[in-house]
Amino acid sequence: MAPIINMLGVRKTYGTFKALDGIDLNVEEGEVVVVIGPSGSGKSTLIRCINQLETHQSGTIRVHGLDAGRRGDLVRIRTEAGMVFQNFNLFPHMSVLRNVALAPVRVRGLSWTEANDRARKLLIRVGLGAQIDKFPNQLSGGQQQRVGIARALAMEPKILLFDEPTSALDPEMVGEVLDVIQQLARTGVTLVIVTHEMGFARRVADRVVFMDAGRIVEVGPPKAIFDAPQDPRLQTFLKSILAS
Amino acid sequence: MSVFETFLNGKVFIDTLPLLLRGLRITIGLGAAAILLGAAGGLLLALLRLYAPAPVRFLTISYINVFRAIPLLVLLIVIYYALPFVGLRLTSFTSATVALSLVSAAYCAEILRAGIEGVPRGQSEAARALGLSPIRQMTDVILPQAIKLVIPPLTSNAINVMKDTSLASVVAMPDLLKQATQAQALAANPTPLISAALIYIVLLLPLVSLVGVAEIRLARRTR
Repeated sequence: MAPIINMLGVRKTYGTFKALDGIDLNVEEGEVVVVIGPSGSGKSTLIRCINQLETHQSGTIRVHGLDAGRRGDLVRIRTEAGMVFQNFNLFPHMSVLRNVALAPVRVRGLSWTEANDRARKLLIRVGLGAQIDKFPNQLSGGQQQRVGIARALAMEPKILLFDEPTSALDPEMVGEVLDVIQQLARTGVTLVIVTHEMGFARRVADRVVFMDAGRIVEVGPPKAIFDAPQDPRLQTFLKSILAS
Repeated sequence: MSVFETFLNGKVFIDTLPLLLRGLRITIGLGAAAILLGAAGGLLLALLRLYAPAPVRFLTISYINVFRAIPLLVLLIVIYYALPFVGLRLTSFTSATVALSLVSAAYCAEILRAGIEGVPRGQSEAARALGLSPIRQMTDVILPQAIKLVIPPLTSNAINVMKDTSLASVVAMPDLLKQATQAQALAANPTPLISAALIYIVLLLPLVSLVGVAEIRLARRTR
């Protein structure tokens, strides 16, 4: 079967800085891919190119057979690929319920009643059944990020993109968010996760992608990546993570 | 004659009050029309200024700059006294509405642009990532937050528009000020002018203090 995400020769530069320097990556349907690497290695740029929050300059990105470079296809890609952000990016002027129900109404054409039902179920599933009428600024960071996940799930996407979902959280809240993501990993939805949480990567990933300086340096199952890293840059990176 | 009899003459006040109130109605009508039209035009200009293709964007910027540079009184006189020479004859009310709206739209555009740019980038990213259409991104996500940010300057602008309606008296518009000057001539007493000044103050003071309160609340929230 064709991969659900197919990136071929993807390049992106900011001036002379090569953010992505020839990325080839296939993600199979239902796969959980975790992207790791030092800051500035291009991990976030890579994941944000999949739904074109960043545009690439050359190469092709196909999602579910649709061409991300084509305007007409892009809207459909975005409805099929949900995204969870480092800074949550919840809509502060809407209740938690409305945050989750909005896109199903506006994009999928559900009625508010249907969308609210769906949103309520999802919020209960991420453990926020008691918070649905609150506003984002009344929630803790961990709760906000779980709303962010419910909001992405409400579109019933085939793919979920996580852009450093726990990096802005206080340490004691990281676990509750990772737990929710880990539950998702068992539901068959395709996950692409950029993270610095190595223990989490080892637990949930089918494949780990290590990036450095805009390139994919090493790809493999977590065991191989973490226990028997081949590339010296990956070895250095893992050493620096363990030392900190 | 005492100072009171001269400047706050009770009899003159009562005699001329109906005239002033008729003028006040026109002042409010003119102000409201210009505020609404200016806000609508300003929103359109702000969106063009931010998102239109380069040539349109350039034209929009030119419009905004020109109409912020031109004195309102000059524009008003041009519209009322010069346009008839090219066959465009507008009533004094229409002339004043057009002049005030054109200028207010330019100011509103800059205010709204600042508001839209003040909404964090992540908001439009989240809206786009969810697949919302550009119009929905604006109406559901960006504008409600942007407008909240700029309520104080928008209100200040509305106050200015309301005050500037008094300029319309030079194009024979029977607004509050015009009625007051006429009443003054009629009564040979300045009381109507003082009354008009007080009416302007009573009309606008609540809005002025509202801006102050809104600014304090906004500052507290964004801190």
